[in-house]
Amino acid sequence: MSADLIIILPELLLSLFALLSLLFAVYTSKDGIASAMLWLTSAVLIILACWIGLTGTGTNIAFDGMFIDDGFSRFAKVAILLAAAAILAMGEAYMTAKGLLRFEYPVLVALSVVGMMMMVSAGDLMALYMGLELQSLALYVIAALRRDSIKSTEAGLKYFVLGALSSGMLLYGASLVYGYAGTTVFSGIVQVANHDISMGLLFGLVFLMAGLAFKISAVPFHMWTPDVYEGSPTPVTAFFATAPKVAAMALFARVLHDAFGAATADWRQIMALLSILSMFLGAFAAIGQTNIKRLMAYSSIAHMGYALMGLAAGTVLGVQAMLVYMAIYVTMNVGTFAFILMMEKDGQPVVNIESLSMYSRREPGKALAMLVLLFSMAGVPPMLGFFGKFYVLKAAFEGGLAWLAVAGAVASVIGAYYYLRIVYLMYFGDPAEEGLNGGQSPVLWMFLIGSAIIMLAGVVNMFGVDAAAASAAATLLD
Amino acid sequence: MAIIAFYLFAISLIAGGLLTVISRSPVHSVLWLILSFLSAAGLFVLLGAEFVAMLLVIVYVGAVAVLFLFVVMMLDVDFAELKAEMAKYMPLALLIGLVILMQFIIVFGAWEINPAAEFLRAQIVPLDRHNTEALGLILYDQYFLLFQLAGLILLVAMIGAIVLTLRHRPNVKRQDVVAQMMRDPAKAVELLDVKPGQGL
Repeated sequence: MSADLIIILPELLLSLFALLSLLFAVYTSKDGIASAMLWLTSAVLIILACWIGLTGTGTNIAFDGMFIDDGFSRFAKVAILLAAAAILAMGEAYMTAKGLLRFEYPVLVALSVVGMMMMVSAGDLMALYMGLELQSLALYVIAALRRDSIKSTEAGLKYFVLGALSSGMLLYGASLVYGYAGTTVFSGIVQVANHDISMGLLFGLVFLMAGLAFKISAVPFHMWTPDVYEGSPTPVTAFFATAPKVAAMALFARVLHDAFGAATADWRQIMALLSILSMFLGAFAAIGQTNIKRLMAYSSIAHMGYALMGLAAGTVLGVQAMLVYMAIYVTMNVGTFAFILMMEKDGQPVVNIESLSMYSRREPGKALAMLVLLFSMAGVPPMLGFFGKFYVLKAAFEGGLAWLAVAGAVASVIGAYYYLRIVYLMYFGDPAEEGLNGGQSPVLWMFLIGSAIIMLAGVVNMFGVDAAAASAAATLLD
Repeated sequence: MAIIAFYLFAISLIAGGLLTVISRSPVHSVLWLILSFLSAAGLFVLLGAEFVAMLLVIVYVGAVAVLFLFVVMMLDVDFAELKAEMAKYMPLALLIGLVILMQFIIVFGAWEINPAAEFLRAQIVPLDRHNTEALGLILYDQYFLLFQLAGLILLVAMIGAIVLTLRHRPNVKRQDVVAQMMRDPAKAVELLDVKPGQGL
């Protein structure tokens, strides 16, 4: 048992931290310390990320295979922890200004991060479900955090009801898998599947995939995304768009390869379908959006389509491409949401993209940084986003899915339209439009510029993320 | 004997379930529900799972069903009207029910126990132990991690309920125990000399 506890030490410490800070805050019962708690939580997340990233070695299995700590899970955990820390730090000013910064916010974020860490390390259907529920439940609550706003409440409720439905599907699938495989441990399921894949097992797999596809908002399980993104407070939206996506995507890869590695031919077609639908719906539906948060929702759907393309390849290269894509996606989104958080007029946040008209006149530096990020999202060659797309297309092509790669390239061209429309507005928009003013925050400014610089400078060697993803993918598939 | 007991419990379980759905008064529904919980508990006893049976009685009958009763009695909901509304969707419900029935037939038709599955299935009930003890061993030892995670999930649910509903109202009188304890006659009683024919 104590050896097991040492393996889950990062999760253990984070949950203890969350519990202790909750106790402390409840006893002092002042929301005034919420800001300090938020910075402390952010620092703890960064320390854990460094610790896991720098000291973790080998593959360690705890609790009879229920918890797997390997290179793959460590890669995902570092991405999740850093993303969560960045989003917490970015949202502090906004949440304070809106009176939303209660001490529960950092606690709930920390607990949902614990859930995500459990998800990416899950080696058992039950551990998978527990991790998933822990992170989702915390997310439902912070979606509805602005409880005086109908939209925020609607977002929380919609997310909760649809999330419960998807959990139901996932559980139904898990029960079928358990029934036909006789075990919930992934290593056991894969043995059974190697022996003989029965129809019941495949049936269960399909339901499991449907439940997981909901969590990454892949089409046709995406309906909740735009409303939830629009209604939630912007820092919370930024959180939704980053860390949980990485966790769910890593969990997807884990389930498909660890538990159903023997059924690759069966799940590849489902993944390819999810991927192509997500890419095209994301590209087309975003065109008509004027609200930048809804636009980012469709953008995230499209990005998930590309990441799924990597998984659809079903190879080591595919998993590596997915990890690289997710790392780049998270970095881009952190920068973009830093920009969105700075969009305000007379002290009020603005989400209409028309308000960006001729933004380059007033704020040339920010406009340029945003231009780099938007080009990167669209996949324009010199930026890092292009390499992310290039990787998944290459993986799909080498995995024998040339048609999917071609479709991905087409969808990327269509999707480029709405990113470039924002660039057009910023540089050649209508000068008569009353534009944005204010929104000067050194923290957000730093995240925006940092993210833009990474998009440019990362072209050289991707800061080693590429090699790390390669070794992480290799540990999943060996 | 066990067979008779089984059929007794099974029939009262099914009858209770059926009457829960079709009885007109919601209070009666809850009472029928309690009957079906108790019958299910009886079935568990017959299976030798007396701990689960106790849980069913204590948690479901003792807590959940009583809570239901409270809710049903407190809320002024016209269930007859709701049911009339439901009747409109009956054809669709029947269709879905039929589809699910077909799925069950397919699933059970194709059911074959995999030899590998037989091998992997854990020996869950050690024969030399009481089943409550065995359950404890699994829950707090083998599934320790899951147990703790379930605790965290419940904690999040509790935090969520408080965050979303608790409002600190400024002008509410609260009990201040210290202030109450520190009261003495000198502070609490004031002697006034009231003149006849005048108020204070």
